[in-house]
Amino acid sequence: MAAIIETKGLTHIYNPGMPDATVALDKVDFAVEEGDFVGIIGSTGSGKSTLITHFNGILKPTEGQVLVDGQDIWAKPADIRKFRFMVGLVFQYPEYQLFEETVYKDIAFGPKNMGLDEAEIDRRVKSAARFVGLKDEYLERSPFELSGGQKRRVAIAGVMAMEPKILVLDEPAAGLDPEGREMILSQVKRFHKETGTTVILVSHSMEDIAKYADKVLVMDQRRIAMYDTVEKVFARADELLELGLSVPQVTKVFLRLRAMGLDLPQDVYTVPYAVRTIQAALAKKNGGGEATC
Amino acid sequence: MLKDITIGQHFPGNSAVHRCDPRLKILLVIAYIVILFTVTNFLGLALSILLLAGLYLMARIPLKLILKSLKPIMPIVVFTAVLNLFFMGGEGDPLVAFWVFRIYKEGVAYAIFMAVRIVALIAGTSLLTYTTSPIVLTDAIERLLRPFAKLHLPVHELAMMMTIALRFIPTLIEETDKIMNAQKARGAMLDSGSLSDRVKAMVPILIPLFISAFRRADELAMAMECRCYRGGEGRTRLKVLRFGALDWVALVVCTLAFAALWATRFLMPGVL
Repeated sequence: MAAIIETKGLTHIYNPGMPDATVALDKVDFAVEEGDFVGIIGSTGSGKSTLITHFNGILKPTEGQVLVDGQDIWAKPADIRKFRFMVGLVFQYPEYQLFEETVYKDIAFGPKNMGLDEAEIDRRVKSAARFVGLKDEYLERSPFELSGGQKRRVAIAGVMAMEPKILVLDEPAAGLDPEGREMILSQVKRFHKETGTTVILVSHSMEDIAKYADKVLVMDQRRIAMYDTVEKVFARADELLELGLSVPQVTKVFLRLRAMGLDLPQDVYTVPYAVRTIQAALAKKNGGGEATC
Repeated sequence: MLKDITIGQHFPGNSAVHRCDPRLKILLVIAYIVILFTVTNFLGLALSILLLAGLYLMARIPLKLILKSLKPIMPIVVFTAVLNLFFMGGEGDPLVAFWVFRIYKEGVAYAIFMAVRIVALIAGTSLLTYTTSPIVLTDAIERLLRPFAKLHLPVHELAMMMTIALRFIPTLIEETDKIMNAQKARGAMLDSGSLSDRVKAMVPILIPLFISAFRRADELAMAMECRCYRGGEGRTRLKVLRFGALDWVALVVCTLAFAALWATRFLMPGVL
């Protein structure tokens, strides 16, 4: 399939020419195919956020190109808004961007900027609200009287309502309780499945990446360290640990078990898969007997 | 785009100028300004510029930065010079005469003199702000103003307000930047359109910014109360300003230099 987002030799330097110039990205070549769900992991300062803010032209590359749908987004700087609508970017803690009197108006801000007519805006707001699980009665309330998790969902809906081709989320679950995390991420997953939107998810949680993403990009020292399917990346658990990243807890357990000499596969990264693996291993050990867990 | 705004122009470094006691620096800058106005001839002016250049060199502040700080006052400098040029009367024949204007030799000299004096004035005060962080500067101001507390001037409170305001400027700039990016990502147009469009475009930025500023104020007040802050009375400092050997050297050197500058008035006739 064709690449929907591609970076070619993307380099970004903050404050170039100043004594405090810092290279935030160093010749990054990266491509996401249409319909993928890509997770981005990396330690703090590895360049994740800088990378994704290039995707919709909030940051301009110091060197290199960003191609969205095959077009260089900076070819005509005046047209940059077109790409902002194609690549919906949800920043960290997006609830701090809410400003309208009602939830409805806030979600409608993006579609309105696109110049859509009332009926289309209405349809998009309602559908986005449904994806993030906001009931209709919330739409007429002020966003400031909602709880933190609800505000977060309103903000994400505000980007979803633009119906971008690619939805990029920077730590959408940061600071939420486990239930809130689960809810937001599964809503994003559902949005991905039902609309076919390409999703790029930045997260610190390996469990989340393992559970929701198909592919993983590992950033390290302003470069790409790995970019592959989830199985293949988590199979290289030793390297991930060396980069100062963690791996899902169940992968850690399996690493230990392998170290103890058990014959288990290396690419175990979700609990259901682990259960099946253990059952299979037990079955083998018991000589074909019925395994219980 | 917001990163280009510099408020407080501290240029970090570790030179003798940087390490000097901020109280002394403030007083010396005030003295320098006074001396600048007692200097009456070009010799004194040249020497005072030389002194300043030496200090800037010592502080290793790039020329580009000095020029940048001088740029905003250039209109004033030009205005003053032009006024002096035209309105200064003199003896002898005018150099140029047309319509009602007469330009005399004295006028030219005085215009140059005034322009250089203003530049030196600004460059001198800029040296203070370049080499002293705003927080240290407020500390020093608080200490210097302490005698006025006897007159019920809330010195500590004013200094604390200034410190907090200064401390939060970069935070709020960063926050504004984030909010602007978030709204841009939703297609907000911030830098085009008519005036009323632009004012309207500010709403999605100002509202979240105000809300976050109030939230931060609330959190900060709470945090200060949790640590039993209750104003200036009986408060001791983590960083006590000490007048050290370096400061004595600076004081002596600068006093001598200032005396020399003042003495130049006896060596050469004044411009006026």
